[in-house]
Amino acid sequence: MAAKKSERRDKLQSAALYPLDWLEERSGLVGGLKYFLFRKVPGDTSWWHTLGSATLTAFLVQLVTGVILAMYYKPSPAEAHSSVEHITHDLWGGWLVRGMHRWGASVFIILMFMHMGRVFLFGAYKYPRELNWIVGVLLLATGLFEGLTGYLLPFDQTAYWATVVAVNINGTAPFVGPYLATVLRGGAEIGPDTLSRFYSIHMLLVPGALIGLIGLHLYLVVRLGVSSPPWSKEAAGGEPDDAPPPARSGLVQPGPRAAGVRRRPTE
Amino acid sequence: MEERPGDEPPQLPPPSLWPVGFAVGIVCLLVGLVISWPVAAVGAAIALVFGFLWARDVTKGRPEAPEGSALPADEGPPAMPESEPAERFPRNRFLEGATLGLGALIGVIVTLPAAGFALLPGFLKQKQHKVDLGPISGFEENKWKIVTFVRDPTHGEISRRTAFVRNNGLLNGVPSFTILSNRCAHVGCPVQPGGPVFAKEEKTIKSHNGEVLITPMLPAAGYICPCHGGSYDQEGNRIAGPPVRGLDRYEFDIVNGRLVLGDLYSVIKVEGSGKTAKIKAVELHGPGQHADGPESWLYPLQPPH
Repeated sequence: MAAKKSERRDKLQSAALYPLDWLEERSGLVGGLKYFLFRKVPGDTSWWHTLGSATLTAFLVQLVTGVILAMYYKPSPAEAHSSVEHITHDLWGGWLVRGMHRWGASVFIILMFMHMGRVFLFGAYKYPRELNWIVGVLLLATGLFEGLTGYLLPFDQTAYWATVVAVNINGTAPFVGPYLATVLRGGAEIGPDTLSRFYSIHMLLVPGALIGLIGLHLYLVVRLGVSSPPWSKEAAGGEPDDAPPPARSGLVQPGPRAAGVRRRPTE
Repeated sequence: MEERPGDEPPQLPPPSLWPVGFAVGIVCLLVGLVISWPVAAVGAAIALVFGFLWARDVTKGRPEAPEGSALPADEGPPAMPESEPAERFPRNRFLEGATLGLGALIGVIVTLPAAGFALLPGFLKQKQHKVDLGPISGFEENKWKIVTFVRDPTHGEISRRTAFVRNNGLLNGVPSFTILSNRCAHVGCPVQPGGPVFAKEEKTIKSHNGEVLITPMLPAAGYICPCHGGSYDQEGNRIAGPPVRGLDRYEFDIVNGRLVLGDLYSVIKVEGSGKTAKIKAVELHGPGQHADGPESWLYPLQPPH
């Protein structure tokens, strides 16, 4: 009886795993995902190390809500503001999705700065991770540019004059400033093309750049590994604490301590 | 455990203070660009000196090989036997070159027109538009008016602009006007009259460019910007706050007894007032761009306005 049951279970299991095996054999994607999710990290990583993933989550929220808002938004001077009002007041759930996008933008920027502060204070930008710091700074700049271009889109008085001021500040950069301002506006003055220009930059150009940079950022994180916090005894070459806190194992796989794969620097 | 190649610690330059000095110099330079030239010069000097020291440190600081005196690279046995160059066929080389060359060519053919289309229209056909503001009789002598008008009918309401207009009376038999742009010379906010605006006396005129609104006002305290407090006198000279120069002005023409606005130009200084004012004019500059003094050297060429 018992043997029969386990036989059925094996059959079920192999049936469930078959599609995954099929995919793995032809693409290696399953193994790649496993490598990404179950790669080794130092034993003393903490909640501070989650700020990067939090930023990524905020970015994904912006991506999804932005795509949905683009279904209803009309980037022309005559219609932009009324379409935003329509989204906010008339359409079902529009207030929520627009609110998520609007406030999520601030969350994204704040999380980027917190993540940056964590990396700085932990010294995690040092060799061999300098390049990832540089990629992160580029991400910060592109993220801020995303905020600048998105600010014009509601096309109310705040949006209009804030953009006038922002473009004119760019215009005061030495030598290239006047040309930079003209490129941003798409003309000598803010005109009908400026709004659609900002819209295109905001929803196509800059998000594309952000996705590419995030890919590079994550690749470098996986390749170089996560750094230990500065108080780590392990990273300082000492023995880890005698009585380590019980490993949180069993969630996805046996904890590193339980499995005995923890690498000591003395090895 | 045996040492494997790659287990030795990375060869890093020793810690040094040069980058810190370099950073301080750069900060000094950037702050100086905003506040004063001597500070910028000092910053540049600091950055140069420390940058040079840093670069020297980094380039010379390679630790020597650990044991003994190293042989020069061209003596001693080669570390690795030189690999036989793989046999290469002319056709092979040709295909490689053709792939790279054609790929680059296709890239250029696709990219150039697209980049040109993205960037150039903003610089071309930026002609200024004549704006008809209606008969001169709408502007009493020595009275200020706020005038709003559509600058380019093809662009519609988004090109609505505001000017402050005063009829100065006749100068040598020709009507004279003072026409100030309301664009602040700081970062481009709309400046407001420092005095009462008689909104109830607003008049609407139909002109070739659509509706023109004319509202009497009395700018007793000149013009004030609500954004950051820039203040100007009635002639548009800067008297306080962050603007780098005075208010821009419009050229004008009298055509068949009607006031017609022309191009904008920037003003460095206005001496005197009204019809006898002496205006030191320059090409139109963007807000925040110095039009005189050494700071104006930062903006040598203006794109077409």
